[in-house]
Amino acid sequence: MSLTVDLLEQNTVNLNSKIPLGSIEDKWDNYKADMKLVNPGNKRKFKVIVVGTGLAGASAAATLAELGYQVDSFTFHDSPRRAHSIAAQGGINAAKNYQGDGDSVNRLFYDTVKGGDFRSRESNVHRLAQVSVNIIDQMVAQGVPFAREYGGLLDNRSFGGAQVSRTFYARGQTGQQLLLGAYQQLARQIGLGGVRLFNRTEFLDVVTVDGRAAGIVVRDLVTGEIESHAAHAVVLATGGYGNVFFLSTNAMSSNVTAAWRAHRKGALFANPCFTQIHPTCIPQSDEFQSKLTLMSESLRNDGRVWVPNNPNETRPPHEIAESERDYYLERLYPSYGNLAARDVSSRAAKRLVDKGQGIGPLKNGVYLDFSEVITRLGREVVQERYGNLFEMYERIAGENPYEVPMRIYPASHYTMGGLWVDYELQTNIPGLYAAGEANFSDHGANRLGASALMQGLADGYFVLPYTIGNELAPMLGKTIPGVEHPEFKKAEQAAREKYDNYLNIKGSRSPDWFHRELGKIIWGRCGMERDEQGLKQALSDLPALHEEFKTDLNVTGDGTSLNQTLEKAGRVDDFFELGMLMCRDALERRESCGTHFRTEHQTDDGEAKRDDQNYCHVSAWQWGGDAMTPNLNIEPLEFEAAHLATRSYK
Amino acid sequence: MSNKIKNLTLKIWRQLGPTTKGSFETYKVAEISDEASFLEMLDYLNERLISEGKTAIVFDHDCREGICGTCSLMINGQAHGPQQGGATCQLHMRKFSDGDNIVIEPFRAAAFPIVRDLMVDRSKFDRIIESGGFITAPTGGAPDGNLIAIPKPVSDAAMDSAQCIGCGACVAACPNGAASLFTAAKVAHLNRLPQGQPERFKRVESMVETMDLYFGSCTNHGECQGACPKEISVDVIALLNKDYRKAKFASRKDLAR
Ligand SMILES: Cc1cc2nc3c(=O)[nH]c(=O)nc-3n(C[C@H](O)[C@H](O)[C@H](O)COP(=O)(O)OP(=O)(O)OC[C@H]3O[C@@H](n4cnc5c(N)ncnc54)[C@H](O)[C@@H]3O)c2cc1C
Ligand code: SF4
Ligand code: FES
Repeated sequence: MSLTVDLLEQNTVNLNSKIPLGSIEDKWDNYKADMKLVNPGNKRKFKVIVVGTGLAGASAAATLAELGYQVDSFTFHDSPRRAHSIAAQGGINAAKNYQGDGDSVNRLFYDTVKGGDFRSRESNVHRLAQVSVNIIDQMVAQGVPFAREYGGLLDNRSFGGAQVSRTFYARGQTGQQLLLGAYQQLARQIGLGGVRLFNRTEFLDVVTVDGRAAGIVVRDLVTGEIESHAAHAVVLATGGYGNVFFLSTNAMSSNVTAAWRAHRKGALFANPCFTQIHPTCIPQSDEFQSKLTLMSESLRNDGRVWVPNNPNETRPPHEIAESERDYYLERLYPSYGNLAARDVSSRAAKRLVDKGQGIGPLKNGVYLDFSEVITRLGREVVQERYGNLFEMYERIAGENPYEVPMRIYPASHYTMGGLWVDYELQTNIPGLYAAGEANFSDHGANRLGASALMQGLADGYFVLPYTIGNELAPMLGKTIPGVEHPEFKKAEQAAREKYDNYLNIKGSRSPDWFHRELGKIIWGRCGMERDEQGLKQALSDLPALHEEFKTDLNVTGDGTSLNQTLEKAGRVDDFFELGMLMCRDALERRESCGTHFRTEHQTDDGEAKRDDQNYCHVSAWQWGGDAMTPNLNIEPLEFEAAHLATRSYK
Repeated sequence: MSNKIKNLTLKIWRQLGPTTKGSFETYKVAEISDEASFLEMLDYLNERLISEGKTAIVFDHDCREGICGTCSLMINGQAHGPQQGGATCQLHMRKFSDGDNIVIEPFRAAAFPIVRDLMVDRSKFDRIIESGGFITAPTGGAPDGNLIAIPKPVSDAAMDSAQCIGCGACVAACPNGAASLFTAAKVAHLNRLPQGQPERFKRVESMVETMDLYFGSCTNHGECQGACPKEISVDVIALLNKDYRKAKFASRKDLAR
């Protein structure tokens, strides 16, 4: 008997993933044919709250309002257009097969399942691949200036090791252009009165009445006022939690608060340890560094990665002879070389830096060297290909990559884990939905490049508008609890006390100080490589540091005006608890899969060793009253259309 | 390699709220790595203020890579500081020298009330977009993306102006506090594209009218272009004006009919 089956028997929550019947190709159509509808005239009788205005939130809010629902949209940003989605560079996938290179819905589906190392739910992924084609049509209709060929048709490129060219892009600013498209559609609805926008407003809690989501508690960041909003359904499209590492490529204010507070109210948190590390970021330059910048992965097409053989090397790179360099990716992975997969090349860099072979003033990077390609093809060609990236690098690092090799190092980038959702993107709390990076559903243990933008827009445009209707239809004519309900009052009171408390501790350390220390633990113990001993250590260090946070935090200013230190305190508090769950999840998953690399579970040549017998499941954690005592629930994964196979990059 | 920059004197604008009176306060930064970004230097200063029991300086920021448009700041009188073609978050301390005096103020404009310290309220930009800065294309029912071929130069030109990050530097740099560059960038993006044609004149008309409600009027100073982190050219303003005149002319004809 496998572990999965044993664990399944201990489930404390009845996990119904509501996968429709039929073959994988027919499931979504079957769902739509069977779902309940709200007639157009009745839609305005329903209120839907959408938290977040990134790709997932903006597209959901705009579409729901177009359909006629009353929508309230919340963001802590000053404008919906600032959401973190704006920073995505590379592109968005879609199975259009415009290049006639053999792409199809099935191939995108399979690539995504395989890329996720068989730890995602097949039915959701297939639907994602199906609606991917509609996304491109929708965004073109809105005026997104995607790159085009000279003939005027849409251009594509291949991305993240895919064997077909299915990535659509708008220069290096794809996320920006897509978000502006969705934002403009949302803005139109705001102008028309279909959406009410609450900017600079932070979601603090979800309120449940009789087990159903009844609304939310928010804090006006300008006045500090805490108040409630009631609705028929609540969508959390609040992004990922990569900033638990402190240093990451995420925007500074990205955080886990919304998902975490929902988790504390009973929503399951799935696969928290599945976090993606991107291999090519600019390394940290000093203690005060606030975030890391991603350098496009495309650089690895022409750059060669190396470190000096001698750990005590002090000479500048050009004085180090070829024979004294270790081109380790070429050595270890002769067939993929410098293009080895994200997780594989990240781990290789880490091992060398850990051995003391790192380069740069802090010995915390590896070289990405373009001298060979510059000699071979000339500076002009290189400039044409990477000019803007080289410029960006020089601006940040202060070194000219035409002359000095770039310094790069992996950094936290994306989180596959998130709120557990069923096929309808509904959490286990009825009426509460999660979309975009905030949910766990589509990327398994590893996300393919250019697939996050696709998923955010798929969820918001083409999934939620249907599935929410299915939930709301039977509620027609029923009254819902209003904000006077005692549950709202209770949640408001708890939120007030929480924030007052941060102000009253009056200790000696700032929220940022704790965040940085927390990040060091998570990065060290639950980063690119994990092992039992380290995870256990983290599970003893984290609660201790969290205790210190609770007694030695210093938040200056007050709670009745704009106070960024106070906002930060709440977010760091949640990161602590999430960090504990991440380590617990990583500890309990005694296999390696995708980005989750347990050093005890590797093949002889250092590759991830999956254990399908015991771990072919989703780990969905339930809040157990304390961050250290969560309950594990299991959703077994079945692969009918995509057959379990081993990933190999040798 | 990293060097230290020493003895900086910062004069920073502090103001509690939109209606209270603000003033400059002086802070010393004894040394900071030249690798630090300008905003990291402020983080560092804030950490110190917090440890001294003082309130941190409020400033807006998020992506810290020049794309979200959240950061702002007038640094020594220049929107986004001394570096051309970049936002404040992309400015590094290596652009400064030992002993420098640095004056840091919020973006000032009648349409951008101060929220607190260096943070301003730029939501009037959202009102402009809400009034017409979109293409009406409700979800579902869009034709195939390749149905209309768009010549590459047209698409590239649309992209040039679509790059606007909505930061407001153009308004802050303008002696009149006008929002022409921001509004024109959006008009030029959408009005250039085939998909934007059906609403072309209605769009420009309502966007300009909303802009005029809140912002000063453009007298072609051209300061905006120099301040723009995306180096959006003032040429888009000519396009805006041309389309606006056509729109007005067309609606007058409609009225006469
Ligand atoms: C540097 C970088 C490059 C990337 N490049 C690519 C790429 O090329 N292709 C790709 O597919 N993916 C890419 N990604 C990943 C992708 O950008 C994100 O996964 C995706 O944009 C997330 O979208 P989202 O809508 O789920 O959330 P976000 O865009 O993060 O939006 C979250 C929203 O929620 C709001 N919010 C959060 N919490 C609260 C709260 N408590 N109260 C109120 N509001 C709240 C925020 O204000 C924001 O509006 C990249 C990521 C990074 C970091
Ligand atoms: S036009 Fe330039 S300066 Fe003005 S808001 Fe846009 S990016 Fe900023
Ligand atoms: S912080 Fe995003 S543009 Fe400066």
